[in-house]
Formats: sequence, C-alpha cells, structure tokens
Amino acid sequence: MVEFLSFRDGEATQEPAVTVESFTGQSNSTAVRIEAGEDARELLPYLDRLSLVEVNFPAYGDGRGYSAARILRESGYQGELRAVGDVLVDQINAMRRCGFDSFHPAKPLDDAAVERALNRYADVYQKTIDGRQPVWAKRHPEKIDG
Amino acid sequence: MYRYDSYDQSIVDARVEEFRDQVQRRLTGALTEDQFKPLRLMNGLYLQLHAYMLRVAIPYGTLSGKQMRKLGEIAAKYDKGYGHFTTRQNLQYNWIKLADAPDILAELATVEMHAIQTSGNCIRNISSDQYAGVSADEVADPRPWAELLRQWSSFHPEFTYLPRKFKICVIASDDDRAAMKLHDIGLKLVSKDGVIGAEVYAGGGMGRTPMVAPQIRDFVPEEEIVSYLEACLRVYNRYGRRDNKYKARIKILVHEIGVEEYKRQVEEEFAHMRELGLNPPTEELDRIRAFFAAPAYETGLSEAIDRADPAFALWVDRQVAAHKAPGYAIVNISLKPLTGIPGDASAEQIELVATLAEQYSLDELRVTHAQNLVLPHVRKADLYAIWQKLDEAGLAEANLDLITDIIACPGLDYCALANARSIPLAQKIAQRFADAERQTELGELKLKISGCINACGHHHAGHIGILGVDRKGVENFQLLLGGSGAEDASLGQITGPGFSEDGVVDAIEKVTDIYLAERTDGERFLDTYRRIGMKPFKEAIYG
Repeated sequence: MVEFLSFRDGEATQEPAVTVESFTGQSNSTAVRIEAGEDARELLPYLDRLSLVEVNFPAYGDGRGYSAARILRESGYQGELRAVGDVLVDQINAMRRCGFDSFHPAKPLDDAAVERALNRYADVYQKTIDGRQPVWAKRHPEKIDG
Repeated sequence: MYRYDSYDQSIVDARVEEFRDQVQRRLTGALTEDQFKPLRLMNGLYLQLHAYMLRVAIPYGTLSGKQMRKLGEIAAKYDKGYGHFTTRQNLQYNWIKLADAPDILAELATVEMHAIQTSGNCIRNISSDQYAGVSADEVADPRPWAELLRQWSSFHPEFTYLPRKFKICVIASDDDRAAMKLHDIGLKLVSKDGVIGAEVYAGGGMGRTPMVAPQIRDFVPEEEIVSYLEACLRVYNRYGRRDNKYKARIKILVHEIGVEEYKRQVEEEFAHMRELGLNPPTEELDRIRAFFAAPAYETGLSEAIDRADPAFALWVDRQVAAHKAPGYAIVNISLKPLTGIPGDASAEQIELVATLAEQYSLDELRVTHAQNLVLPHVRKADLYAIWQKLDEAGLAEANLDLITDIIACPGLDYCALANARSIPLAQKIAQRFADAERQTELGELKLKISGCINACGHHHAGHIGILGVDRKGVENFQLLLGGSGAEDASLGQITGPGFSEDGVVDAIEKVTDIYLAERTDGERFLDTYRRIGMKPFKEAIYG
C-alpha cells in the first residue's frame, strides 16, 4: 500500500500548504491548498512563485478539483499539483489527465491497483494538458504535425 | 452507420476488462457495496427492487440489425426474455445477475456496444432525432455530431464527477422529435451563410423542477463545438450546486444565476478554451460524417401502396412517415400494445425487428424517446410484407402519437425510487381508449406517466401528464395538462387534487370529452387547451 504517490522528478515539496486566504494575504509562502469551491483562478497572479498546490477532494464524488487542476495547468503552472483527501484508485487516471502529478489520499492505495488503473486505457478521446495524443490526433496525424 | 476503428474498440474492450476486475473485487468482498456503487453506476448497473438493472447505451438511438439481434440474445440468455426501451433511446434489462454483467458487456463489445456512462453524474448517452438522415426538413444529419460528442464525452477526465447527470441532445430539424429543449444541453444544427453550426440551449430538464431550456448561443461553428461545450461543462462543474442533489442539475444553476450570467461565464471560459487546441480537426467530423452518408437508394421505385386490406391501411396511415427518397417510407413500430408494458419487447420481437431491419431497411433501425422503434429506409412496395410480419408478432399496433402511445416509467413494479405503479395505469388507460376509431378521432395526444417526482416518464411534457405520488401510503395520481416536448415545448399544469388509479382514468375521459366538444377544425388537443385554458377542463373534472 502507498500513502504518497509522486510522478515528479526529485523530492516532493515538504512545505505545509496554507489556505488560499492566508496565501494571497502573505507573500512568503510557496505552498497553498485549494478547498472544493474555491476559485483556482485566484492563484493565477502567483503561479511563478508557487511550488505546491494541493487540491482537496472532500468526497470522491465532488469533481470540482478536476477543473481546478486543469485551469492551473492551462495557465502554465509547472509546480507540484497534489490531489489530497478522498482520492480513490479508480480516479487516479482521470486526475493524472487533468494535471495532478502527486497524490496523498486519505486512505492508502494498493500499488498494483494504481499501476493497473494507469495502464488500462491505451487511448483517450480528449485533448487535455497531459500531453497524450487523443484518438482524433492519431487518426489525422497530418493535421496535427503540420 | 458509424463503425468502430481499432481505437474505439480498444477503449470499449478496456472498459469491459476494468469492469470485470471491479465486479470480481466486489464478489470476493474486496470492495464493499458502498465502494462498489460509484463504480457500477459509471457503467449503467443499478440495484433495483428485485435485481440488478443494466442500462445499455444506444448512441443517438441508431442500431444495426446485428446489434439489435445481440440485444435480443442477451435478453434471452441473461434476462427473463425481455428488454425495455427507454425515453433516452437506451435499453434496460431488469433482471440481471451481478456475476453475469461483465460477460454481457463483453458480448455487447463484440457488436460495438457498451454501457459506458449510462448512469452516474457524468455526460450520458447523446440523444437525437429518430428520423435523422431520412427526414426531408433537416439541415444536416445530426448523428455525426452526436458521435463526435459521444467520443468526446467518453471518460472525459474533467467531467466524470459533475454535480449531477448531464444529458445532451442534438437535432437538425424545425420539428423537434427528441425533446431537445428538455435536456441539460440541446443543440439544434442550423446553417448560417452556408456553414453548419449549432444553436445551443442550456438548462432544460424535467425532474422535480421542470424547465424549458433557454437559448444561450445562436451559432457555434462545428469546428468549435467541443471547446464550447467544454466551457459550458466547466462552468457547471465549478458552480453547479453540490449541497442538495435535487438542486444540482444545470437548470438550477442557470435559473439561480440567470441565463445572462451563465452565458457571460461560458463566453469568458470559451474565450480561454478555444485557444487550447481542444477541437478535433474538421477532418475528424468529415471522417465520421462519411459513415452516415445516405445509402444507395434504389431509383424508379413505385410510390403505390396497395390499401386493399383495411387493417393494413389503418396502420399505414398511422405508423408510416414520409421519407426524403422517392419510393421509400419510414416505418414506426409501436411498442405500445394495448395490454403490454410501454417500451417492452420480448427477445423474439427484438430478433424479428433485427431481421426486418436487415431484410427491408438497409440494415438500420432506430429507437425513439417515446419508446418505439423505427425502420428508417423501407421501400413502399415492402410495407405490406413488413406489416404482416409485425402483426404476427404483436407489433402492428396503429397508435403512433395517439392517446394509447403512452410513455411510462417502470414505476413501482421495478424502481426503488417510485411512489406509484405506472405500468398498470398505462394499461388501464389503453384499455379505456382501446377503440381504434375513438383514438383516431382524438388525434395526436401525447400521454406521459411518471411514477414519482423524478419524472422519468416525462409527465411535465405530456399533452396529458400523470404524476404518481404517495399520499399517506396510498397511491395517488395528479393530472397535468398542456405540456409539450416538441418544438413548441411547454410544461404541463396540474389540474388540482389527485385521483385514485380508476379516478384518474375517468378524469382523462372527461378531459377528452371537453376537447371533442370545444375543438375547432384541425385543432389538436394541445391547441384547444392552449386556446381555451385550464378552466373548462377543471370544471368538467371537479365540477
């Protein structure tokens, strides 16, 4: 079982994440935690000094964090993006596709199950910021490369 | 018809294996029912009153003969010999064993079918017009768009845990046969300066707070539809309510913040998302479109129909619609026999329709949101032979859009949510109005029954709607008048206090008597209601 999963090179950020409110109010923190319902776009002016954004999933069915992650990545955020809270093995793949690159679930995950989940689908239909070529790009390589 | 390539097939095959693994974990006890529930719900498997129900997706309601035959085989092998066609153009099996579910999905995958996202708080099966590709009045076949959106919405990583389920419909005719404005998002294809694009409607739906969707954009060009919908969904995913499941549909968001504010937020998001390269190239829609090219219709066919057999002539007048190609017709097959269950078909009937599609309809058939079937490409010369075969199988009811062509949810006979039984009531109404002349005299009259407030039977959109409720432990039926799911979409109004099962049948009879007495030439029931209002009907019922 794993308690922490990272897909980044190097050490995970150790700095404790502060709330969005205290982050935007104080200038020296480099780690922040977004709660479901908070607007990820509030962080956009500070992306270059952030090294960790934690996105909390209060319940697996609360999908707001997926949008938060994509918004940050679409805006150029390069730092660690960590999913925390009610993160289940069957969601890791979608979270990876939305830009999460580390995971600290409330309950540890089975490594083998994570491995299976991540390798289950060789093809995807959507373009996201994960760099995978969607099926439509593979079908029309001349349009994508050119 | 669309055919899978190796990519589509590999994704569906991977899903079968994933679900097999999940079911295995459940059966061995590695997953509790609580942990398993969200997983099975992503794949159309519900725990009902008596057994598991599996809902199979029929994308935009289009099927080949081979696919239909497979649905019949599964009904015979794994169910009690029946399938139930739904108001979302899907098919449900009501008596499934959990251990069989992976094998059923594997069988479906062999004919390019699946149950992906037929439940759960995600983008559901894309619905469309059952006459797509064969009606003369459409600007383009809407199904290539629907298929493009099927692929885009399948396992969408951002939109799999939405506040609530999300239903999209695509049509391309002024005549709305798919209740487009009662969907979370409705698209109507239009042509502007020779370019095809979509009018977009958002925030429609039924349930306990019915709404007709307002238009949020008058044109999205086809090459930007994916990024535009991503913007619509993102605003909903971020701001749709999650504190109360009954207020979580997009209609509540659009209603609470107002359509102008929702539009503004979508446009802002769209301005950002259209720059991200999320849209497939136009070549992809062209590739899909090629699968839906008009078949090679025969030319020089006779337009004549031999009407010597009066029962056949009656059926032709009611069930056959105009086809765009000369010598061809569209055949509607009623799944509303007077003593049956609306939308149900036996394995044998499914098999027969599969054969008819192969033999007489260029290997294609459709499912309608009114829970009937359609053979879209039939030579007029073959109509009599088809009718004879349907008649032998109990499928030749001539009641399309008449009072006995009832939409009904499964109700308390199957559903864990229901308050009342819809099916026995539908049968009682059908019996009361069984006389063919009487039905024809009443003309188009769409009657829809829901067994609870969730409105799966579309009662809000019925010319006559019935809602079953529980009143101190006794089934009680409220009557609504004046709804429509068509291009003139409107929501029905409650007449007043509810009735017993027999009482509501009597009330409907009084309502139809008023209509017959008050109508002017050419008026449908709905037209008369709209002209004279609720009062005369109310007086007749309660007076």
